[in-house]
Amino acid sequence: MNVLLDNLSLYGEGLLGTVELTVYASLLALALGFLMAAFRVAPVGSLRGFGTAWVTVLRNTPLTLLFFAVVLGLPRFGVVLPFQLFAVLALGCYTSAFICEALRSGINTVPVGQGEAARSLGMTFPQTLGEIVLPQAFRSVIPTIGSTLIALAKNSAIAGAFSVTELLGVYKPLNELGYSIVWTFVWIAVGYLIVTLTISALFTLLEKRFGVAR
Amino acid sequence: MAAEALIELRGVNKHYGTLHVLQDIDLTVGRGEVVVVIGPSGSGKSTLCRAINRLETIESGSIHLDGRPLPAEGRALAQLRADVGMVFQSFNLFAHKTVLANLMLAPMKVRKQRKEEAAQRARELLDRVGLASQADKYPAQLSGGQQQRVAIARALAMEPKALLFDEPTSALDPEMINEVLEVMRQLAREGMTMVVVTHEMGFARSAANRVVFMADGRIVEDRTPEDFFTAPRSERARDFLSKILKH
Repeated sequence: MNVLLDNLSLYGEGLLGTVELTVYASLLALALGFLMAAFRVAPVGSLRGFGTAWVTVLRNTPLTLLFFAVVLGLPRFGVVLPFQLFAVLALGCYTSAFICEALRSGINTVPVGQGEAARSLGMTFPQTLGEIVLPQAFRSVIPTIGSTLIALAKNSAIAGAFSVTELLGVYKPLNELGYSIVWTFVWIAVGYLIVTLTISALFTLLEKRFGVAR
Repeated sequence: MAAEALIELRGVNKHYGTLHVLQDIDLTVGRGEVVVVIGPSGSGKSTLCRAINRLETIESGSIHLDGRPLPAEGRALAQLRADVGMVFQSFNLFAHKTVLANLMLAPMKVRKQRKEEAAQRARELLDRVGLASQADKYPAQLSGGQQQRVAIARALAMEPKALLFDEPTSALDPEMINEVLEVMRQLAREGMTMVVVTHEMGFARSAANRVVFMADGRIVEDRTPEDFFTAPRSERARDFLSKILKH
């Protein structure tokens, strides 16, 4: 029990690290996922190809492997960034593939006639997508995107193995100091619950506000 | 009718797989003309209507609007579509926007009208189709007939040169058909150029300048309603009319 109170600042730093990773990577994943979903339904063949390749590569690569690729690979091309930024890149790009597919499944639930009506009024592809299709698609994918971001929060634990301060990594110094391993992990789990339940509450709220009225 | 051509199709062909849905279609619609397209289902009449603003692509032939060829894709096509309104069988009002917002969206995004200007024009048009009191409702809260009248008003908000109607009353309850047809008759009287795919023979008789009868992807007859309904030339048209007019 004392493990938490004795090491409050250590746990706090870890939690803060996880929250930072989650927030930044989520924003990146949402932005990229949105862009890739737009690419995948675009009338231009090369954009569709790029979107498909992006999803195929990132969705089918183990996240740990992706971390290695970013942390060890990018410096070879002269891209040297703080480890936290590398972690955000890896997590964000990986999750963007799942966001893209969630959005695309939402786009497929919007009746074709909605897009046809927009096009028949002279709206361009970006206007049709942004004004008509995505707002309706978004409503039906709020729960799925919530789940994907919760998965992202938990996946951020991998960053601990790449010298990034985050919650799971807290166990290492505590273990060396001789604290009970069980209680150390119980409090780490509570930390993750705080993050994931917050995301879950946020998306419940979004769903109530924007969800499809039936 | 010697009016100048607004819509001109020459030698248009299209297949769906092995089905030759449009076969060497030649059709000219003059400015201010009302052309009603009728025919059995599967005859290609909806495809013809949708090809005019390129919701359906064609394989060969040419389509000219107001003397200009229909662009293939992109911004030029969007600009041309803005000038040709379309009314669909299933209304296709934007489900997440109010009636007023449905009318204002394209004028603001495409014509770059200011919000107040678009709103004022939208209210005038709603008034014209008898739905001024429904402006703040969502499409799902309206009856089918009301939704279709909103859809017509939405198309009119772009001040189109021509309107295409793809079976506008086919999804409606019988008692709602007339309220929609009445709006369309009024437009016809005001000189709007219209291409109407429909099964409403009464409308064809009373409002059309010409009746185009299609069967199996071809235009079989293209005549005045009076001539067509009283003395159809082709066996195919006689057969069709006898089936629909008998009961």
